[in-house]
Amino acid sequence: MAAVSGLVRRPLEQVTVRDAINQGMDEELERDEKVFLLGEEVAQYDGAYKVSRGLWKKYGDKRIIDTPISEMGFAGIAVGAAMAGLRPICEFMTFNFSMQAIDQVINSAAKTYYMSGGFQSVPIVFRGPNGASAGVAAQHSQCFAAWYGHCPGLKVVSPWNSEDAKGLIKSAIRDNNPVVVLENELMYGVPFEFSSEAQSKDFLIPIGKAKIERQGTHITVVSHSRPVGHCLEAATVLSKEGIECEVINMRTIRPMDIETIEASVMKTNHLVTVEGGWPQFGVGAEICARIMEGPAFNFLDAPAVRVTGADVPMPYAKILEDNSVPQVKDIIFAIKKTLNI
Amino acid sequence: MRKMLAAVSRVLSRAAQKPASRVLVASCNYSKDATFEIKKCDLYGLEKGPPVTTVLTREDGLKYYRMMLTVRRMELKADQLYKQKFIRGFCHLCDGQEACSVGLEAGIKPTDHVITSYRAHGLCYTRGLSVRSILAELTGRRGGCAKGKGGSMHMYIKNFYGGNGIVGAQGPLGAGIALACKYKGNEEICLTLYGDGAANQGQIAEAHNMAALWKLPCVFICENNLYGMGTSVKRAAASTDYYKRGHFLPGLRVDGMDVLSVREATKFAADYCRSGKGSIVMELQTYRYHGHSMSDPGISYRSREEVQDMRRKSDPIMLLKDRMVNSNLATIEELKGIDVEVRKEIEDAARFATTDPEPPLEELGHHIYCDNPPFEVRGVNQWIKFKSLS
Repeated sequence: MAAVSGLVRRPLEQVTVRDAINQGMDEELERDEKVFLLGEEVAQYDGAYKVSRGLWKKYGDKRIIDTPISEMGFAGIAVGAAMAGLRPICEFMTFNFSMQAIDQVINSAAKTYYMSGGFQSVPIVFRGPNGASAGVAAQHSQCFAAWYGHCPGLKVVSPWNSEDAKGLIKSAIRDNNPVVVLENELMYGVPFEFSSEAQSKDFLIPIGKAKIERQGTHITVVSHSRPVGHCLEAATVLSKEGIECEVINMRTIRPMDIETIEASVMKTNHLVTVEGGWPQFGVGAEICARIMEGPAFNFLDAPAVRVTGADVPMPYAKILEDNSVPQVKDIIFAIKKTLNI
Repeated sequence: MRKMLAAVSRVLSRAAQKPASRVLVASCNYSKDATFEIKKCDLYGLEKGPPVTTVLTREDGLKYYRMMLTVRRMELKADQLYKQKFIRGFCHLCDGQEACSVGLEAGIKPTDHVITSYRAHGLCYTRGLSVRSILAELTGRRGGCAKGKGGSMHMYIKNFYGGNGIVGAQGPLGAGIALACKYKGNEEICLTLYGDGAANQGQIAEAHNMAALWKLPCVFICENNLYGMGTSVKRAAASTDYYKRGHFLPGLRVDGMDVLSVREATKFAADYCRSGKGSIVMELQTYRYHGHSMSDPGISYRSREEVQDMRRKSDPIMLLKDRMVNSNLATIEELKGIDVEVRKEIEDAARFATTDPEPPLEELGHHIYCDNPPFEVRGVNQWIKFKSLS
């Protein structure tokens, strides 16, 4: 039964992020036969993190392809296939390994439509878990949101919950541009309620639009991926103290929906950004820079504040790791500091 | 009889003082076709190779001659334009290697696919881009095939995927294009070219591995011109038998200065792929007259004598011309006539390339995304915005 759960829809039930991504891919594979999935262990292993469970049994070798451990090679193959008219989903077991293939993502995929003067499109999706996990140490914990978000020609999305995961993967697959989908391993097993719209085979979340997860009046808290959940927890705690946080789930890193953030800051006059990645040249840094350049700057009653991963390679020991990623208490602390409480 | 008619035609054309093409020459003065011997290919993992003789029709001969000459003159014109500063940045010329691009094209169908490295101008032309659109792209004008956005290394046309600036990146890309061919079941194949330098890229080995595993219809072609930039093959590769470097993939080594050898080998390799046997490696032994790029005189790591020797003994255009004239497929005058026409075509294209305006500044932000609603792109500061259309 468990093996089938990704394929059978259950009304109004809780769906994990893993199953949401699985559903999204399954629906798009069914809808368009040009869509296919390749990556390490995606087929017979059911996915290193079981995200592609059941897909190989349903679609077979032609459309669900196990690759050798050759990131640069198979990412390039995926890009070439996209150039020639297919719609590949290229999975990186984690985005840490995408560094070996990053030339294909940036130079072969992202830049090609521009370099060709609008002639050659690359309808490809690069997806996989991004950022910190638990106890996997430095080489397996890097967040690539800032690296990929830096590059024109790419779209970069970062889902938080199950609806995000399903709606964004479907939009990414249907987009005719290279889209990087930064998932989160620790979120895969987390269940969320699926709205009735989310259960539809045409449920899409537009790329480039943030979502206000919680309305508030005192401070804007902007985040992406797993930290969105921490922000909502912080907001619940602070609400008891009479502080109402407006929590924004970015959903998309690039193109960034700065307008939603600006409108919120113009209402609340305070801004805290929260991310898992390193502080320097990061997502929060970009948000702060853009706020300064736009209309919201004049509405700030205090400097914008960033909560980020610690500026170290991820350590292994639990106490060190716990202090290298933003916790709920760190978000609360930053919010209170910003509000001068 | 043939020799007598050829002699008569020469006398007549000299007497008439007109270009050979305008002299009324009875069609039986030319041979319809001729059979030539071509060098036997070195084989690896193959029992049989391409044929050692081939038939060249007069029509094909004239076509290959014209095409090779066009590539040659186009590259020389690019050299000139670069020195006159009309072309900037990188310019990697392929004069000397004309038999490769023309021969490859002759061995495949227009519906097949080709991808290559940055030394791409020859293939850009043989795949269907006009000399005008190539030169105008080199000079960065709006009439360039990539609207001036790409330059020398980023030119595309249907079934031709550039032009790639990153050495070796085109290896996996080409295997991916071949995967798409197999996936669609359309019996198309992909020629994936890389140089002797790129052959040492790890991603080429990765591409070979997956192409072999999945039996992709990919012809991996190593264009071995003996130098990766300034590094000779002997100084770069532990094994310079590039046709064997696919290990488990069969391979053949081909005389890349002979357009007929290249054609036959390509046909052979294409058939191999199309028959479902999987991928194959082809090494084209060729030579570039220019240095690596326009900033390289090309004589610090090789001798002038070596270059001159190649020109004298192995020039691909000269080889074809001699064959055609000696077999009465064409006369020298007729071929000279083609030369005149090609020169004119190149001059016209160069005039266009140097007078066409640059792309409008308003288009700087265009073509970021495909099929996207218009949005704004930031310029060098927050006040400068460019509209971005797909």
